[in-house]
Amino acid sequence: MSRRMPFDADTRRGLSQISLPFAFSILLLAAPLALLLAMSFWTQDFLTLDRTPTIANFVEVWNSPIYRTLMLRSLKISLIVTFLTVSLAYPAAYYMSFVAPDNRKALLVFLITIPFWTSYLMRIFLWKVILGYNGVLNESLMGIGLIREPLDFILYNQFAVALTLSHAWLPFAVLPIFVVMEKVNRSYLEAAQDLGDTPFQRFRRITLPLSMPGVVAATLIVFIPTIGDYVTPKLVGGSSGLMIANMIEVQFKNANNAPLGATLALMALLLVSSVAGLFVWINRRYLKEEGAA
Amino acid sequence: MIKLTNIQKYYGSYHALRDVSCHIREGEFFSLLGPSGSGKTTLLRTIAGFEGIDSGDLMIGGQPMKGVPANKRPTNMVFQSYAIFPHMSVAQNVAYGLRAQRLSKAETASMVSEALAKVGLAGYGARAAHALSGGQRQRVALARALILKPKVLLLDEPMSALDRKLREEMQSELRHLQRNLGITFVLVTHDQEEALTMSDRVAVMFEGQIAQLDTPQALYKQPASKRVAEFFGAMNILRADIVDVKDGVATTRIEGLGTADLPMPRQADAGTAPPYCAGVRPELMTILDDGAQSYERETAATVTDVEYRGELTYYDVKFQGSDTPVVVSMRNTSNRTLKTVGQQVRIGWESASAVLLVDRS
Amino acid sequence: MSKRILTIFMIVFVLFLYAPTLLLPIFAFNDSSIIAFPLSGFTLDWFKSLAAAVELRKAAVTSLTIAVTSAVIATILALLATSATVRYRFPGKGAMIGTIMLPMFLPEIIIGVSLLTVVLLAGLELSIYTIIMGHVLICTPFCIAILRSSFQQLDPSLEEASLDLGESRLTTFRRVTLPLIMPGVISSLLIAFTISLDEFVIAFFLSGTKPTLPVYIWSQLRFPQRIPSVMALGTLLLLLSIILLTLSELLRRRSARRLGKDMAGGAW
Repeated sequence: MSRRMPFDADTRRGLSQISLPFAFSILLLAAPLALLLAMSFWTQDFLTLDRTPTIANFVEVWNSPIYRTLMLRSLKISLIVTFLTVSLAYPAAYYMSFVAPDNRKALLVFLITIPFWTSYLMRIFLWKVILGYNGVLNESLMGIGLIREPLDFILYNQFAVALTLSHAWLPFAVLPIFVVMEKVNRSYLEAAQDLGDTPFQRFRRITLPLSMPGVVAATLIVFIPTIGDYVTPKLVGGSSGLMIANMIEVQFKNANNAPLGATLALMALLLVSSVAGLFVWINRRYLKEEGAA
Repeated sequence: MIKLTNIQKYYGSYHALRDVSCHIREGEFFSLLGPSGSGKTTLLRTIAGFEGIDSGDLMIGGQPMKGVPANKRPTNMVFQSYAIFPHMSVAQNVAYGLRAQRLSKAETASMVSEALAKVGLAGYGARAAHALSGGQRQRVALARALILKPKVLLLDEPMSALDRKLREEMQSELRHLQRNLGITFVLVTHDQEEALTMSDRVAVMFEGQIAQLDTPQALYKQPASKRVAEFFGAMNILRADIVDVKDGVATTRIEGLGTADLPMPRQADAGTAPPYCAGVRPELMTILDDGAQSYERETAATVTDVEYRGELTYYDVKFQGSDTPVVVSMRNTSNRTLKTVGQQVRIGWESASAVLLVDRS
Repeated sequence: MSKRILTIFMIVFVLFLYAPTLLLPIFAFNDSSIIAFPLSGFTLDWFKSLAAAVELRKAAVTSLTIAVTSAVIATILALLATSATVRYRFPGKGAMIGTIMLPMFLPEIIIGVSLLTVVLLAGLELSIYTIIMGHVLICTPFCIAILRSSFQQLDPSLEEASLDLGESRLTTFRRVTLPLIMPGVISSLLIAFTISLDEFVIAFFLSGTKPTLPVYIWSQLRFPQRIPSVMALGTLLLLLSIILLTLSELLRRRSARRLGKDMAGGAW
């Protein structure tokens, strides 16, 4: 007796509907990534591409201090930015979800979302305007007589990059935490209190663990794009604040060494995925221990 | 009207319908009754055309339904959630299925108001769908399905979202509607009382199979198996040994009650030997007052518990030589005094009140 | 007590979020080519200079073309992917949707250079089509995230009811599904449009002779004398996004009211 056709009507419908977007992703994401991988094993010989497979690019990236410095700096800045944004976003999300009256929530979400809809480029550029030698901050501080000479150490360094990136990504960190907090069943909190928890204990034992998925999402949402950010270091980083994305661009465009650029991009991707994987893994362990305690 | 032959349905490796065969007659109120996961809703959705079948045949009105999609079948459905289109008015909802008939606006409007009147919602056409109460939603769902004059109306637990009072009201209305229209109704329900009060015939389903198909009375009085018996109200289950079978009647030794001649269960092959047991409904036994009525059978017992419930009193008793507690329910009357725990009593019963049951899970 | 601290924190937080943005209109109307306080006077010159900038207008048209096309394609792809994943079970579902969602978890520069690699190796010309492809790729996951909640809120028996009442799958989609998920579709179009309009890195890597608006702005940032005009442009863009966002919020509320649902809290 035939148990079941290999594809029943629902399966067929599902597959036929997803086939177009999936094909698009394969063609424009998976295939290009595979080519990028292939490219990293090739070498650029002035104007011609030498397709003999070699690991020369990887050796060069590994041995040259400049690439290592850029990679580590990107990681460092990105981690600082992630930490800053998530720790500032958490109390904001907490306020929106647990303190703000229900009829004000939509407005707050709206307020937080607007920056998301304004030009990223402009938002970064405005920090250059604020922090610059003749910038808003210096001119204003001089105007009120706090300083006499403009401060020149606030722009074109890693501090400026970290500050600017943190500001740019704050709203992105608030929303995922808020969404998860909104799903926390309020009766859990009442139950915890009823069972004798103080407000702080209640927060530590109920709210914090239950909002952890939001924190992880926020962490990833901020960490992943910032490590590969191109605009911010270029605008406010100066030479001491450049990051890996700037070098990738140089290799692809000015230096005309796409294979080396591809290698750098892949190394950056590897770095991003391993750190992101680590975040997720740590969170799993944390949740497991919380559950066991 | 609907003929199901050896229907098999799998979800992956889960066997949802196991060789289901039955014949639903024209103009009858037919119920599919069972606990959740018994396959009753799957069977209904199979008839409607929302689920395919892996093997077997399905005929509606003499037409094979193989390959016929839901929108081409002569059935219409009232959904459990009612599925009232929230972006349309009541009238637009009711007129939804008329589009294919290309009627004039006036014809449509008159059909809609006629259909609404039939379900007691005359004048509600302009209402927004979301402004309706649960009972009104159900009526709209009914009107929307009935306006298409289906050969079969399928109802998927339509009463489960209503409160008790409204549910009883809708049950009797639905019954009247069915009698007046003469359309075949197929109702899915997990509520045995609902199935008993509304249906001409009921198919009791367990684990993807029809355990018994019968009239409500027969199901209550002559359940074929222990499972069906327990599904309809309270039933005392006692061990039973068949001593002899002759002409479909089994001489049975029942735990604590002695020997009685009982008909073999319906839909069970005589001679095969699944484990059997005997069942007696609590209301079919009586605690005899001293020197009172004489019964066909009398058995001595000890009262172990008394539970007073106003209209009725439930006694737990134990027959001599048996450990199984047996429940006897007695109607309370003004001159009847309650028995007390430990009291020795005589239980009157008739062999016709005991049934032989197949004890198979 | 802690409630008050949190409230103060939230006020400071929002102020910090908006402070830089507030500089945009201030300097857009400031009568000085140097961006610094104190302000020197009011002028509309910078806005007028925008009207005269031919390159800007071309870039704006390019960006709008790309944004509209990407938004439509991404929303259609997302509709297909979401409808398939929310309603049907099929082998390889997780892997397929994972691949489609992947761009959300990749730095944009990776997508930019990998598409650039394809263009270089295939010897293609950079054009607005290469940018559209990149933008569809990064917008689709966001559209899916939005549409998924629309599809999940949709009672599947509504579509079954339509089929049961005689409509085909196609007409059911038109008469029942689409009207009910319309707020989601509009949100999806808007968010994809905005992401594409704002996207810089991919456009920077993949634009040929026709720069997009952000690429044009980027080129202007090198010239200090152009900065006030850029501020004026930024002000207009800010205004545009506030209008778009307010419109979509009003639309969402209206449809929520119409359907009698209380969906307070979600801004999309």
